[in-house]
Amino acid sequence: MEQKNYQVLPGPESYLPPAAASQGIVLPEKGEGLIEGRICGEEETMATIAKKLLNAVNPTFFPGPLLLWAWKDGVIEKAELLKELADVVGAKIIPMPDYRPKYPKINPEEEINPNHPNLTIWHNKIDACIFIGVHCHYANMGLKLIRGGTNCYTIALCGEYGHEDANITLRDVNLDTMRKLIEVVKEEKKNMALKEGGNLNG
Amino acid sequence: MDKIATNQKEVKLDYLLNESKREKHFITGSEAVKEAIKRANVDVAVAYPITPQSESMHLVGDLYAGGYVKDYYRGENELGVMSAVAGASMGGVRAFTATGGPGTLRAMEMFPTWAGSRLPIVCSFLTRGINSPLTIQPDTIEMSFLLDTGMLMFHAENSQDLFDMILSAFTIAEEPDVYLPIGVFADGFFTTHTREIIEIPQEDIKLAPYNPYISPVPAMDMETPPVRQMRDPFVLKSNFISYAAHASWQQEVHAAKERSIKHINKHLGGMLEIENEDAEIMTVTSGTAVSQSRDAVKRAKEEGLDVGLVKIKTIRPFPYEDIRKIVKKAKKILVPEFNITGWLAKEIRASVEENHKIIGAPRVFGGMTMPPELILDEIRRACK
Repeated sequence: MEQKNYQVLPGPESYLPPAAASQGIVLPEKGEGLIEGRICGEEETMATIAKKLLNAVNPTFFPGPLLLWAWKDGVIEKAELLKELADVVGAKIIPMPDYRPKYPKINPEEEINPNHPNLTIWHNKIDACIFIGVHCHYANMGLKLIRGGTNCYTIALCGEYGHEDANITLRDVNLDTMRKLIEVVKEEKKNMALKEGGNLNG
Repeated sequence: MDKIATNQKEVKLDYLLNESKREKHFITGSEAVKEAIKRANVDVAVAYPITPQSESMHLVGDLYAGGYVKDYYRGENELGVMSAVAGASMGGVRAFTATGGPGTLRAMEMFPTWAGSRLPIVCSFLTRGINSPLTIQPDTIEMSFLLDTGMLMFHAENSQDLFDMILSAFTIAEEPDVYLPIGVFADGFFTTHTREIIEIPQEDIKLAPYNPYISPVPAMDMETPPVRQMRDPFVLKSNFISYAAHASWQQEVHAAKERSIKHINKHLGGMLEIENEDAEIMTVTSGTAVSQSRDAVKRAKEEGLDVGLVKIKTIRPFPYEDIRKIVKKAKKILVPEFNITGWLAKEIRASVEENHKIIGAPRVFGGMTMPPELILDEIRRACK
């Protein structure tokens, strides 16, 4: 049953969390993003992503098959930009190479799987993650499972319309969006360093 | 190969339905299916005959001969047909088929499979009664069996709707946030075998080709990674996380149905249409029962009765919120239907608090027609 004012918050939410779309959360339009179920401008969304990543203890990026194989023009460049973003954030990268259920034999230090993403998150104590290059159906499926059983903060960078089941999502993510996000994260990092420095001096 | 088929210009749905010049044609519903598919840029169509659908897929076969459809054949039965279009769609092409009545039930296993596999197949269900005793006559009972398959369900009032809804269905089904099969339903015989004037765009335009690379699941073409093609079953594992994964999968299918509403509003102009929304008595229905109700409502208004009409265009997703508002305002709601169980009345009753206002009548079945006088009598009774 639809709840009023449902928020897409980090879990553990419940035994079986609902799909955010069934709770009245709608996907953003062009130029917008979603922060915890609330429609926001792209800039605010990027700024929030930057804060969440930089404040995390163990941020980890999960690139999926659409980013791991050079199946069309621009994918290699996008993957390189993700690596650059990971370097700026200081994030680890754990790939999602395919969608076969691998329970209980998955090596959680080497890969993540949309059917049991909690195993990789628990094992590595990941508190913030990025889904990118994951086919939308599998992304939503995995994002719900993460919300259900872990406290990991989820960010979905989607090449299509975005993901309501992520805590934060950006849509139409292309090379320009990636470059812009890297700049936003660098700027936020600079601000955080200044603030820390200010505190020390003060 | 028709010369036109080789020179059709690819256009967007908006242009095809709203901007291009339309011409009037005096055709049957089956011919309307053919005209829609002629402009739908379909890759694969698979047929199996069943009355009253047979003519429509026969005409689609003529389109194959003319070069408008890339591949076409007759399957071994309806289950085979629905499995074949599933394979085609999973392989990354635009697929179409049609069936009706017992054919629908024979193929039943495949409809939730289509939805669960996120296949944007369009199927026209040209409805008829379910045996036994044997009937080939109009009846919408099969729709009640399909309500919870995960498919989207559009219900055409007439051949014009059937034409427009089939073309819209391809575009809505293929939106990356939807990717669900769509059944476009029309009442057999009343629509399929009745000739009426419908307006259709010129034949030298067609929808842009299907793009499988935006699919929320990988296409099975050995080009899109990962090349593993099956939607991996969880049934092989018995543990909490496998069950939770399956649950999350099902939730995602139903979430996609919610997301389709935005696209339905854009391309179909909403899930329903309302006439005289502040009336005390509302007639709420779908399919050809809307046409009979329209006639009855017109005559009731001439008698000075305060009555309105709601045409439900999409049964899935169902316009729950709009129906709640309508029921709240009205004193009584009549639900005329062409089936014995009254599945539409049940659906409306289940979605509102004041369900005592819902009158599941008039109801006819077994091939009976529904004269507008029958509805008018119910309106008069409700007004007393």
